[in-house]
Amino acid sequence: MKLKVKKIDPLDSPLAVSNNIPIKRKKNSLKSKLWRDRYLLLLIFPGVLYFLIYRYIPMAGILLAFKDYSPFRGFAESPWVGLKYFKLIFEDAEVIQVIWNTLQISMLQIFFAFPISIVLALMLNEIRNQVYKRFLQSIVYLPHFLSWVVVVGITVIFLRSEGLINGVLVNFLDLNPIPFLTDPTLFKPIVILQVIWKESGWGTILFLAALSGISPHLYEAAVIDGASRLRQMWHITLPALKSTIVILLILRLGNVMDSGFEQIFLMLNPFNMETGNVLDTYVYFKGIQQANFSFATAVGLFKGIIGLILVVLANRLAKKFGEDGLY
Amino acid sequence: MFKSSGGERVMEIINNIVLLLIAVTMLFPFLYIFSVSFSSVSDVLNSDFLLWPKEWVTDAYSYILGSDQFIRSLGVTVYITVVGTFVNLVFTSTMAYSLTRNIIGQRLILFLVLFTILFSAGMIPTYIIVKETGLLNSLWALIIPVAISPFNLIIMTQFFKGIPEELTEAAIIDGANDIQIFTKVILPLSKPALAAFGLFYAVGHWNSYFSGVLYLNDPSKWPIQVILRQIVIVNEPNAALGGHAAMLEALPPPETVQMAAILLATLPILIVYPFLQKHFAKGVMLGSVKG
Repeated sequence: MKLKVKKIDPLDSPLAVSNNIPIKRKKNSLKSKLWRDRYLLLLIFPGVLYFLIYRYIPMAGILLAFKDYSPFRGFAESPWVGLKYFKLIFEDAEVIQVIWNTLQISMLQIFFAFPISIVLALMLNEIRNQVYKRFLQSIVYLPHFLSWVVVVGITVIFLRSEGLINGVLVNFLDLNPIPFLTDPTLFKPIVILQVIWKESGWGTILFLAALSGISPHLYEAAVIDGASRLRQMWHITLPALKSTIVILLILRLGNVMDSGFEQIFLMLNPFNMETGNVLDTYVYFKGIQQANFSFATAVGLFKGIIGLILVVLANRLAKKFGEDGLY
Repeated sequence: MFKSSGGERVMEIINNIVLLLIAVTMLFPFLYIFSVSFSSVSDVLNSDFLLWPKEWVTDAYSYILGSDQFIRSLGVTVYITVVGTFVNLVFTSTMAYSLTRNIIGQRLILFLVLFTILFSAGMIPTYIIVKETGLLNSLWALIIPVAISPFNLIIMTQFFKGIPEELTEAAIIDGANDIQIFTKVILPLSKPALAAFGLFYAVGHWNSYFSGVLYLNDPSKWPIQVILRQIVIVNEPNAALGGHAAMLEALPPPETVQMAAILLATLPILIVYPFLQKHFAKGVMLGSVKG
C-alpha cells in the first residue's frame, strides 16, 4: 500500500485549527491568528456587535451628561457645559429626596428580604421528608416567575378601598378602611413586602445548594459531641453558608442604587410620589417624559458610578475578611 | 437519623407549620383570583370571601377573549417571546462557544462582558441608541437591545467548557471547521441546556412590561403586560379592552374581568413552570460556580 505523504504547514494542518493544541511556531503574526480563528470570529461577530452597539456605545453616550443636548441639534452640535448638571443634582431638593428614597428602599430590602431567604433556606433544609420539601420548594419559587404587572395587580386587587383586606377591616373587625395604595407612609413597607413575597423563595436556591454540599459526617461528629440542632446550625450550617452570603451581599450592594424599576414604576401614583420616586423612575420622568436628556443622563451616570464604587469597595472588604470576593 | 429530644420535636413541628403557612400565603392570591374570575355578579357583590365559585360563570373570560385589543396584544407577546428567545439563543450560544475557545481577544471580551454586569450606561443613552438604530416603535426594540443577557452568557460559557475537549479534537481530525464543530458537535450535546436558557429568556420576554412603554408609541403594538396594567392597575378594564361593550347586554363586573385577565396572562407561565423547575436549580448552580 502506498501512502501519500504530504508535507503540511503546521498552521494549515487540521490539528492547528484547534486552539486547544498549541503548536509552536516562530512567526505567529496577528494575520495568521486571525486566519486561524476565522470561523470562530464569524461565530462571535453578532455577539460582539451587540455588546458594542447596545452596551458600549451608550457608555459613550454618557457624554450627554456634560453637554446641553437637544435632539434637534444632535449630539455633535450640542454645546459642552461641563459639570453643570452634576451641580444641579446636589442643588435640587427633589433629587436629594429621590436618592434618599432609593437608598432607604434598598437598605430595607437588604435588612429584611435578604435574611428571610437565608432563614427560609435553613427551615427548608430541616425538612426530612424529601417529597414534602420539594412540594414546598415548587410553591415558594413560583412567584419569582410572575411579572411585576401581575404582582402589583394582585396587590392592588387586595389592598384597594373595595378590596379584600379593607373588606375584612370594615366588615369583620369594624375598623376604618386604610388607603394602602395612596398613603405615602405605606409605600415603602408595601414595596418591601412585595419583594419578600416574590423573591425570598427564589433567593433560597443558592443557599440550599450550599447546604446540600455540607458533608453529613460533620453533623454526625457534632451529634457524638453532644451538640444540639441549634448548635449544629450555628457551628456547621451557618459557616458553610458564609461565602455564598458574602458574594450575594456584594452583588446586592452593587445594586443599592437600583430598587426594582418596574415594580416601583407600577406602584407609583400622584399621591405617593414623594416617598416612592426612586432614581430610575426619576430618570424616566425627567429624561423621557420631560425630554430633559442631559440632566437625566447625569443622574443615571451618578447612580451607575456610585454602584460601581460600592461593588469594588464591598469586594475589597470581603477579601480583607478572608473571603473570595467576586473577582 | 438521630434520635431527637422532645424540644427538638416541637421545633420541627413548628418549622413545618410555619412553612405550610408561608406556602399558603403564596398560593392564596391565586385561589382567590381564580374563584372571583369564575363567579357571578351577585356572588361578587354579596360575599367578602370567595374561595370557591358558588356557581360557575365564564362571562368575564368570553368578554376578554372577545376583545380584539386583548387578542392582538397576546399575539404581540407570543411573537416577541418566540422570535426574541430564538435571537437570544443564537446570539448567546455563538458568543459563549467562541469564548470557550482561545479566540483572539478572548480575555478582553470576557472582561468587557463582565463589566456590563457591574456598570451600565443607563436608560437615556440606551434609549437614544435604540432610537438612532431605527428600532423605536418597532417590535424589534423589545428583542435586539436585550439580545444577550451577560449573566446567561457567562453561565453558558461555563456550561460549554464542561463538554469534553476530546469531542472537539475528534471533530477536528475528521476535518470539521469551527462552525461545523459548533453546529454538529456542541449544539446537539447542549439541547437540555439550551432548553433551559430558552425557557428563562422566554419568561423574561413574556413578563417584560417597561420596554413596551418606553419604545412603543402605537397602542396596537403593545404587549400583554401593558394592556394588563391598564385593565388591573389603572382600573380601566373596559377602555383597555377596546370598548366592545356595546355588543354585550350587561358587562361582567370589572373585578371578575380583572382577575380573569391576570389568570389568562399568567397561564403560559404556569404551563411551562414544571419544565422551568426541572431546569432552574441546575442553571443557577452552574452560575454559582465561579470561573
